[in-house]
Amino acid sequence: MKKFSIIIGIVGSLLLLATFLFPIWSIGLEAPQYPGGINMYIWINQISGDTPHTLQNVNILNHYVGMKSIEPESIPELTYFPYIIVFMTLFGIAAAISAKKKIVMTWMMTLVIIGIAGMVDFYMWEYDYGHDLNPNAPIKVPGQTYQPPLIGSQYLLNFKATSLPHVGSYFIGASFLFMGATYFMLKKANKSQNEELEDKK
Amino acid sequence: MNRNYINLIALISFAMLTIALTSCGESKQSGAMTASGAAEKVYVAPGEYDEFYAFMSGGFSGQVSVYGLPSGRLFRVIPVFSQDAEKGYGYAEETKNMLMTSWGFVPWDDAHHPQLSRTNGVTDGRWLFINGNNTPRIARIDLTTFETAEIIEIPNSGGNHLSPYITENTEYLVAGTRFSVPTPQEDVSINEYKEKFKGTLTFIKVEPTHGTMSVAFQLLMPGFDYDLAAAGKGKSHGWSFFTSYNVEQTNTLKEVNASQLDKDFITAVNWKKAEEYIAQGKAKVMKTSYYHNVYDENKQTTISYKKDEVLILTPEECPGVVYYIPTPKSPHGVDVDPTGNYIVGNGKLSADMSVFSFDKVIAAIEKQDYEATVDGIPVLKYESVLDGIVLQPGLGPLHTEFDGKGFAYTTFFISSEIVKWKLDDKSVVDRVPCYYSVGHLMIPGGDTREPYGKYVIALNKITKDRYLPTGPELAHSAQLYDISGNKMELLLDFPTIGEPHYAQAIPASKIVPNSKQFFKIEENNHEHVTKKEADAKVVRKGDTVRIYMTTIRSHFVPDNIEGIKIGDKVFFHVTNLEQDWDVPHGFSVMGARNAELLIMPGQTRTLYWEPTRVGVYPFYCTDFCSALHQEMQGYIRVSPAGSNPDLKWWTGD
Repeated sequence: MKKFSIIIGIVGSLLLLATFLFPIWSIGLEAPQYPGGINMYIWINQISGDTPHTLQNVNILNHYVGMKSIEPESIPELTYFPYIIVFMTLFGIAAAISAKKKIVMTWMMTLVIIGIAGMVDFYMWEYDYGHDLNPNAPIKVPGQTYQPPLIGSQYLLNFKATSLPHVGSYFIGASFLFMGATYFMLKKANKSQNEELEDKK
Repeated sequence: MNRNYINLIALISFAMLTIALTSCGESKQSGAMTASGAAEKVYVAPGEYDEFYAFMSGGFSGQVSVYGLPSGRLFRVIPVFSQDAEKGYGYAEETKNMLMTSWGFVPWDDAHHPQLSRTNGVTDGRWLFINGNNTPRIARIDLTTFETAEIIEIPNSGGNHLSPYITENTEYLVAGTRFSVPTPQEDVSINEYKEKFKGTLTFIKVEPTHGTMSVAFQLLMPGFDYDLAAAGKGKSHGWSFFTSYNVEQTNTLKEVNASQLDKDFITAVNWKKAEEYIAQGKAKVMKTSYYHNVYDENKQTTISYKKDEVLILTPEECPGVVYYIPTPKSPHGVDVDPTGNYIVGNGKLSADMSVFSFDKVIAAIEKQDYEATVDGIPVLKYESVLDGIVLQPGLGPLHTEFDGKGFAYTTFFISSEIVKWKLDDKSVVDRVPCYYSVGHLMIPGGDTREPYGKYVIALNKITKDRYLPTGPELAHSAQLYDISGNKMELLLDFPTIGEPHYAQAIPASKIVPNSKQFFKIEENNHEHVTKKEADAKVVRKGDTVRIYMTTIRSHFVPDNIEGIKIGDKVFFHVTNLEQDWDVPHGFSVMGARNAELLIMPGQTRTLYWEPTRVGVYPFYCTDFCSALHQEMQGYIRVSPAGSNPDLKWWTGD
């Protein structure tokens, strides 16, 4: 039982590494003259699109309303976030091997805090892109800002912007659930151990 | 009483008018099946794709137009042999050389027969070849970009009508001279036709990976008029068939004099045998002069190569290469059925049609069953190679295509109709009228091993009353017939660009996946490319000024230029930095005496401009690119000759 819970915990920690293989978030823009839409993908270490030129095309559109150019090099999170993921993976493996409920719980709480902090950070970037507009922009619509939603869809002028978690996020969620399973198995194991002890008494 | 009388007259008049109008409507035949039935078959809903691409030659427009079938919608006109101001083709520095010939710059031609490239006898969707008649040429169009990629001039030819008639694996294209001429050219009396005039049949090799063309060899033939051709298929692969008329070898009033003999010839050429003679060194080198223009996609520029010799084979010296099949009365088209066995001779002045059998041709050659020899070329015995005769199918047979189900479809120019007949027993099974005077016809894949026998298109020369009148000059037309059933049924009638001389069609699925959306800027190695706005500049070297300019929605860099003066030679090297589908930019400058540039995303195009007036002149984007397209403009200042203005350029503050 204990061995199994350790394995589940290690597997769960390793699942975090999938964020190097899949984006964690996607933002899609839909308008009639863009068949198939324009889709951007946010990874832990980069921003990509359907084609190598998606960002250039989004930036061309954005400059009309005065939005700043999206330049992945200027977003520090994309540089240090991979380290956080690697740290959490190693920490998770250590926590699983320790087979200590408390350490496992600490790992889970840390992941939740990182998740929330990540969302807040993402929201702030979105807010900044959507609100910090060049006053000399060719197209100015009074009161209009261009912040995409955190999750869900919203119309930004002629574009329907849809923001959703992507595969990487599901792996983070799965990682959390795996570690949760480890936690409960450890708890149960401890409990039965205690019961055994009590029986012996 | 009086009022009743007037009423009666009014009533009678009305009735007569009604009858007149009704009968007037009836007098013009629509020719189509019930309108709603036909409409349903050609309706392609908005946003849906057509099943086939049809490539129609533009005839005397010199271009190729691209239509969808069954809708008949026009998608694009590909500039080939004619300058096209709309696209800057033949005006921009990068495409001008495509129209270079040994005669110099020739900005027009008469484009007749498109041919799709083939693999194993079926179209493969890689290239489209087409001939230029007047200044003998063949062009290759790249079907990933729908742009002309190459043009090769045909030496020793008096007019390239019989062309390009491709072989089964795109090994060769052919080019037969329509007019025999002194070869090599010399100053002789036209009355020395019989002695001095020769015809050439040219074989153009196609490089299998890139499609690059080269003149492989020429057969020096008797001075006939060479008309049309077809390559063998399957069992007849390795052979090509050519029609010739004017076997009389007359040089004046040909309409009478070249129509005297009962039979002219279909020339059968064993090109595999010819290859053996070439390998043995039997060909002679003849000095000549022709151009070969190739678009270098990497450098985005057309390079012209001047060539000066060609290999010549003479049939007399190469037995086994050329045979004549006697064919009644000035055959026009020669067509080989999908099995490769039946060779249909369309004797345009004959009442009947002769169908030959390839098996019988081979047997006759083996038995040396000849009826004569002309200039060392054996003439096979007509009766020995004839498979059968289609008796009196119509008047003026021109061309035949096949549906792959055992039927042939032949056009009749004089009786203006398509006749469907059975290949095995030569019986006529159906006929439909064409509006009017049909020339070629086209079944998608109908000249290949695997026809898509669903539609036939009649390519008509005359339209008269078919469309709203447009003054003396009227559009030519194409007519689409459903041939999936026993009876041919007219579905659609649509106008075309220039003369829709001949056409080819291919399932869209063979082209769509390879269609290029834009050119990658990192692969643009144009000599004068500007890959980012920061690199835009103006460079003077003597009186040559090169402006390295970029376009991206919705501005030019630079958009203000000073320091140009009268007498300068100005080159606008404009690079479109866009990397998205369907975002071309245009460029035009006031006073330019050529055309606009139309620059695809990732492309560089160059406009040459000689400023002639002092002042400040605008330039602007001509292709509606964005919401701020109208603002996409700039100024160039021109100072007087002999002045010494500073070279300056900028965009924004």
